[in-house]
Amino acid sequence: MSTPDNDVLLRVDNLVKYFPVKSSGYFQKREYVHAVDGVSLSVRRGETFGIVGETGSGKSTLGRSIARLYDITAGSITFDGEEISRHSQRRMRPLRRQIQMIFQDPMGSLNPRRRVGSIIGDPFAIHGLATGAERKRRVQDLMERVGLNPEHFNRFPAEFSGGQRQRIGVARALAFQPKLIICDEPVSALDVSIQAQVINLLADLQAEFGLTYIFIAHDLSVVRHVSNNVAVMYLGQLTEIAPADDLFTVARHPYTGALLSAVPLPDPDQSERREQIILVGDVPSPIAPPSGCRFHPRCPKAAPVCVSTVPVLEPKLGDRPVHVAACHLPMAQGENLADFHPTIAAAQRVIEGGGLLSGDEAEVSTVAAEALATAPDAAQSEGRRQ
Amino acid sequence: MSSSPEVRGRHAGKPAVTSGSAAGTATMELPPAAKKIEGRSPWRLALERLRKDRAAKVAAGTITVIVLCALLAPLIASWIGHGPNQQFIDTGLDAEGNPLAPSGTFFFGTDSNGRDLFIRVLYGARISLVVGVLATLISVALGTFFGLVAGYLGGVVDSLIARLIDVVLSIPFLVIAISIAYISHPGFWLVVFVVGVLAFTYPARIVRGQVISLKEKEYVEAARALGAGPMRIMFIDLLPNVVAQVIVYGSLLIPLAIVSEASLSFLGVGIPPPTADWGAMINDASGYYQAGFWWYLLFPALALLITTLAFNILGDSVRDAMDPRGAGIYE
Repeated sequence: MSTPDNDVLLRVDNLVKYFPVKSSGYFQKREYVHAVDGVSLSVRRGETFGIVGETGSGKSTLGRSIARLYDITAGSITFDGEEISRHSQRRMRPLRRQIQMIFQDPMGSLNPRRRVGSIIGDPFAIHGLATGAERKRRVQDLMERVGLNPEHFNRFPAEFSGGQRQRIGVARALAFQPKLIICDEPVSALDVSIQAQVINLLADLQAEFGLTYIFIAHDLSVVRHVSNNVAVMYLGQLTEIAPADDLFTVARHPYTGALLSAVPLPDPDQSERREQIILVGDVPSPIAPPSGCRFHPRCPKAAPVCVSTVPVLEPKLGDRPVHVAACHLPMAQGENLADFHPTIAAAQRVIEGGGLLSGDEAEVSTVAAEALATAPDAAQSEGRRQ
Repeated sequence: MSSSPEVRGRHAGKPAVTSGSAAGTATMELPPAAKKIEGRSPWRLALERLRKDRAAKVAAGTITVIVLCALLAPLIASWIGHGPNQQFIDTGLDAEGNPLAPSGTFFFGTDSNGRDLFIRVLYGARISLVVGVLATLISVALGTFFGLVAGYLGGVVDSLIARLIDVVLSIPFLVIAISIAYISHPGFWLVVFVVGVLAFTYPARIVRGQVISLKEKEYVEAARALGAGPMRIMFIDLLPNVVAQVIVYGSLLIPLAIVSEASLSFLGVGIPPPTADWGAMINDASGYYQAGFWWYLLFPALALLITTLAFNILGDSVRDAMDPRGAGIYE
């Protein structure tokens, strides 16, 4: 490749994807779900780029937008030096060989009425690459490569276990030997023991074929294990991007800190000592996301600046340029989130949070806000109880 | 024809799992067989349920007899020596020129033209079955196609097809069928076409609804990620998943088509005379049965009743058997 950033396989700039919400009347204002709202990232060749976030954070939408399963609302996607964000589905077809997906639900992503051989043979059939005996041979090669018995060519997906089905999905994605595979929660639906097998398979294939992965998951320990770089997503925006080790040792964004504190530790003593940060309230509605930093209604460190100003993704507290966070009040190393209390009124936090809390809860929060002025500890326990 | 695969399937399925049926073969339950059942569960379970359903067995038996009658009609006719349109002016009518009651010569009696009613009822089965099956195939094919296209593509295409279905459904069947038959020449293919095309709305709606929910499945997304176009997704990925519903609905459309054909022929816009047809025969009899010629009306009407009833019962059983909530197999 002659492009200057030869190293970068995928570059996403300011990607926006809104979904229209079905309105009940003709005269209502059309509303949109802000599923992905201004995401920029770049993925280097041969790396595994992890994306973590809660349910509804937009990580799957981001993955599918990159794979151009959706028409994106705004922004640009540059894949292998080619701008693809405005490509029609027809123009995307040859590129489909380069960008593949592995899906979360190993049952749902395999057509229950079709035989495994024809499912894995789909890539060849669609692109007219191999027919008849040649296709069968290549399908059986793929099955063997991912650890399936090639004899099971004629079986239906229902005849396989969850892990085997995910291997079928992997074989299908591997058929073209793509440059990029977007793994959308590839192991979330599997047993822990099977998760390890599938992750090891993905790692082996990466080494063998020089694949690049985007690995979307909500399980931080899995992401830490497989990823070189990790991006944390919250309500359609990235809050922090860092090399995996940096992120898991010095998280800058309070949201990352809260996520990390929820990861189960194998050592019970350590687990006992650690203070878990339980976030208050639900994820606000993505239809009317909060102003400023989207995390502020739930952030223990929230300050007025978080409500008024949108934070920028940049290195904080002298971090390396590869470690960026979007936060006005980043966490220092060794800082304990549990020691902090928001310096904005709880009632304001609730209102800004899209009004998701019901009246009673809002009242409690107002009480909490009043208590905050006098006794911070009481306010915190009040917050915990919610 | 949609009924015969079911009937054949029952026998084809026999070697794998044998229930205590009339065949009385030993029950064999091998581990590999158990595995196979898991994989083909929807179809296999449906067949199992169908096999246990006594009503379905009776209906299928009745339909088999009717099909045999239709197939063997010429043979029986030549064996008895009465053609379907052969008039027995001397032996088939009484002195006043009225139909004869059932007897050893004419099992079902004769009609007003001195023709053998028994042979004509047998021949009538051919028209009913062929029209019923062909018309159902047409409506199922059209309905599946339009349903797939409307459901998958959505938007303007969906709106157009949905409005078309509404329009067709809003015009009474007989009014539109009689109008079409009136402006063109009534005949076999016209009947097949009219009955088949006008009934496409029912399977179209079913398939459309199914496809709208199926297209959100991840495997459709996976197909798109592989670069599959809309045609491939509709006909390779989605079609196999709606086949079960289509078969169920098709089996219920057959009796509807048979009755529609008989109605058209009864009204004189269906199969033109002298072809033996149940609807036309019932119409012929309408001027006679009150004068005491009961057999003239009874036998064609009974044939029509038994045929549609058998298809309806079988269709219901097929629907029950394919309903995943059905309990039959676990009893």
